[in-house]
Amino acid sequence: MKIKSLIISIITLFVIWVLLNMKLSTEVLISGAVVSVLVGLIFCYTCGIFDDLKLNPKAIGYWFLYIFVFIGELVKSNFDVARRVVSPKLPINPGFVEVKTKLKSKLGRMILTNSITLTPGTLTVELKDDTIFIHWIDVKGENMEEHTNAIVSKFEKYLEVIYG
Amino acid sequence: MEIIKIIGALITLLGSVFLLLGSIGLIRMPDVFTRIQTGTKASTLGTLLSLLGIGIIYFDIAGKIFLLIVFILITNPVSSHMLARAAHYIGVKKADVTVVDELEDFENEKLNNKTKISE
Repeated sequence: MKIKSLIISIITLFVIWVLLNMKLSTEVLISGAVVSVLVGLIFCYTCGIFDDLKLNPKAIGYWFLYIFVFIGELVKSNFDVARRVVSPKLPINPGFVEVKTKLKSKLGRMILTNSITLTPGTLTVELKDDTIFIHWIDVKGENMEEHTNAIVSKFEKYLEVIYG
Repeated sequence: MEIIKIIGALITLLGSVFLLLGSIGLIRMPDVFTRIQTGTKASTLGTLLSLLGIGIIYFDIAGKIFLLIVFILITNPVSSHMLARAAHYIGVKKADVTVVDELEDFENEKLNNKTKISE
């Protein structure tokens, strides 16, 4: 279903245009609509990047929930890393760990790995099929299940609903 | 109006504190990967808060500030991921405190497969 990706990308371009202009006069809206439809048709005529996105009310609700969960994790881990940086003994315990993801869609995996990278303390180094290699500043736990539970699960349970 | 400006300035100040902590981490950390952790990412919240504070003070450019925040959230992880991946592939020395490296085995396995095919 390519038409869904096309429509989503046109809407995204239009919203970016309106936010850049910050006013809602007729010229701005008309020129923005024309240009976003043209650019969308030229560059996203056959692309399918948004096809996995679900658009039912539950998924949209989980989107907002996910944004709040993500901001919470971002703040929490920022304070954690800041604490490690300023403490005199430098309490770090770094290592590369391997975790598995249950997500199937490419866009979902991209969002998951980008979220892992954006939270300080964890850094995605390599993604191969369903295996993610993460550089973790404070390795806890012994095996792959424990690592997966500590890093991936908190984001994955929301993304599973959004992308399936 | 004054109170909004003060709130915006305080948020920007908080952001710059996080940026300062990120810079201190850049000096104190022992190897490339931990430096990427603090240098590019303990500063995520710093950058976001600085931009948010500016957006609160100058409300007429808040839309552009929002776009900046979104683009930083999209592009920042890609760059730090590529830096770390390139550093690991060319075999940059890891700190002595590194406890485990499961990626190394994976890469060696891939290398062996490649040589087998070429033989």
